[in-house]
Amino acid sequence: MAPAALPPSAVSLRDAVALSGRFPLLAGVDLEVAVGETVLVEGPNGAGKTSLLRVCAGLVPLASGHLSVLGLDPSRNRVGVRRRVGLLSHAAHLYDDLTVRENVRFAVRAAGGDVARIDPALERWGLVGRLAKTSAGKLSAGQRRRVALAVLTARWPELWLLDEPHAGLDASARLLLDQAVRDAAASGVTVLIASHEAGPVEDLAGRAVTVTGGRVTGTRDLVPVASPVADLGDVAPTDGPVAHVA
Amino acid sequence: MTRDLTATPVDGSAATHPPAGAATNTRVSAPPTPSTSARRTERTIGLLALVGTAATVWLGLWVTPPDKVQGDLVRLVYIHPGVAWVALYLAFGLAAVASLLYLWPRTRSLFWDRLAAAAVEVGVVFNICTLVSGSIWGKPTWGVWWAWDARLTSTAVLLVLFLGYLALRRVPAEPEVRARRSAFVALFAAVDIPIIHFSVNWWNTLHQGATVLNANLSPTIHGSMAWTLLLGFVALTLVFVWMLLVRYRIGALEDWLAANELDLALAERQAEGVAAGGAPVGSGPTDDFPTDRVGVA
Amino acid sequence: MWRDAMLVAGKDLRIEGRSRVALSQVAPFGIVALVLFAFALGPDRQTMARGAPGLFWVAVLFCTVLAIQRSVSVESSDGARDGLRLSGIDPAGLYLGKAVAVAAQLVVLEALLTVGVVLLYGARIEVPWMIAVSCVLGTIGLAATGTLYGALSSGLRVRETLLPFLLLPIAAPVLLAGTRIWQSAMAGGVPAQGMQWLRLLVVFDAVYLAIGVVLFGPIQETA
Repeated sequence: MAPAALPPSAVSLRDAVALSGRFPLLAGVDLEVAVGETVLVEGPNGAGKTSLLRVCAGLVPLASGHLSVLGLDPSRNRVGVRRRVGLLSHAAHLYDDLTVRENVRFAVRAAGGDVARIDPALERWGLVGRLAKTSAGKLSAGQRRRVALAVLTARWPELWLLDEPHAGLDASARLLLDQAVRDAAASGVTVLIASHEAGPVEDLAGRAVTVTGGRVTGTRDLVPVASPVADLGDVAPTDGPVAHVA
Repeated sequence: MTRDLTATPVDGSAATHPPAGAATNTRVSAPPTPSTSARRTERTIGLLALVGTAATVWLGLWVTPPDKVQGDLVRLVYIHPGVAWVALYLAFGLAAVASLLYLWPRTRSLFWDRLAAAAVEVGVVFNICTLVSGSIWGKPTWGVWWAWDARLTSTAVLLVLFLGYLALRRVPAEPEVRARRSAFVALFAAVDIPIIHFSVNWWNTLHQGATVLNANLSPTIHGSMAWTLLLGFVALTLVFVWMLLVRYRIGALEDWLAANELDLALAERQAEGVAAGGAPVGSGPTDDFPTDRVGVA
Repeated sequence: MWRDAMLVAGKDLRIEGRSRVALSQVAPFGIVALVLFAFALGPDRQTMARGAPGLFWVAVLFCTVLAIQRSVSVESSDGARDGLRLSGIDPAGLYLGKAVAVAAQLVVLEALLTVGVVLLYGARIEVPWMIAVSCVLGTIGLAATGTLYGALSSGLRVRETLLPFLLLPIAAPVLLAGTRIWQSAMAGGVPAQGMQWLRLLVVFDAVYLAIGVVLFGPIQETA
């Protein structure tokens, strides 16, 4: 009569409050994300989406509440959490004086990643040839984002936190990004995507949570498009062209 | 000795626990008012300090005899060693120990941070008094306003380190961040001062051909002078304690004010969400989960 | 920890190799300082020769402040500091790596300044190995304390004015010891006295390196 074990949750937040000085970034967030889920975090600017991702990455400590990432407590097991989590933020964390290749190499090695995966990652994002040898300071915003994505795909951590991933990318890069997210989901990686614009991002996720005023104020199920994994949350079976379940 | 300076517990941590169910669920806590026993203690100490200092002044300036060698100048002995003891050992030691206790996870509490900051601030005052009184004493005795001996130099360096500590505290930051930063600086200073003292001592004694200034100003003390000296020590210590208590209380009030701004901000922030359309809900069965508090990192 | 340290040191030194800030800005500043000291002390070569040890170490302290500022500001480009935290790199390794990089730059600067002092002030060195060892040990101490305080003040906008104020009193023993060792190693000095100061430097270095390795992690999370 033993109950079925709950699927392990990748991210678990309960009544989480996070501060920046006196300002509450998160004002009591409750969120559960299961392993392998792809969740879209949406909401207006300033709602707390970026803060939510940063909290999950262990960058911002909680003032109160409960947080567990991949079964670990970020405030106790900092290194353990950070090695398993990849955050794609607005800034690309690059050193202007180093080349693209050197930046990726440093970032991957610093995170304890596999050096052999660097070249395939660079190729994947089109950072080859002359571009690979360019100093990071000379790159455009879109190119910097590609470099950050190369680091992410080379590391391939268990939890991906993507903050407005489409911003600054051209159309071809967006397609590459979507494909990368799908590949990640297929390999069992948990993905959280924060975006303030609806649209193409919804195709990737199985669920969307709305964040406003530092709290989770809504949730809805989505049907991911062309996703090889079928069992994500409450997905209504459909045939033919897939429709969004509001 | 434990002092209960707050009636309502204000430990300085950020958010107060929200009662469940309310849409904007924060409440503003009452300002920390010291209990009557604490207020009485503070007042008693202040009174004793005042009486002690007055007695020291009277005894020191009129009753005790002048020294054979130093004359009336010796009367500074009732003040100078006293303020030096407070500044160098009492204030500094207290700040260092309090900072250590703050950083130690088990005893971490903003009480220690506030205590350390108060000790440093009052310590700065006493430190300057030490340097000035020492300088006044030194000029007629050695012929110079300043001597580079270990004690004086260490006192001066300590002053600079104290000022650095206070400068760092003025940088706006959340109380826990500020507390940690200050505690680290205090700790490093605590490590540095013995090294400086030792080095300067060496510096003076090993320097070939240098006249080693005997900065020991202590004359021979006996009889009524000894009692007055002791009284001076006690009185100045009481002055320090009283100033510490007052400064601590001010610090607690400042922190309460800042924390209250947070609760108001929390309420406003949540109202944002409510206005945007949607009562706060969890993404799962949150009502069944007990909320456990995570301590401030 | 050592692997991470070498990784970070290599990164910092490679950046220095590309941008050449230490070489083109800090080194000339050191030379300018030496020249200014000469102006301040007057043309009497005897005075300058006697003051050479102290002036050398004061110039080194100024260069240290600049080097530390540079080491910290490298990490503020594009949020690189966040990137380092996110990578889960061992904080002790990060500390040692940055300290090693700063130390390497300082050693080169000191060699340059030593030549400058010999040429400009007419200082005569009798026991070169003591000079060299004092520079190495002093550099380790300066790099250890400087990296520590750099991290403590890294998030602050007033870092430029606050860092020297905080760092220099802590670095004062290095100045004391370095000057004494130099004096004992120059013409007219007693080398035996310098040995005791060398021992002090070793203790100083050990203490602050230990503090840095242990506390750098918590400090990093604070800023």
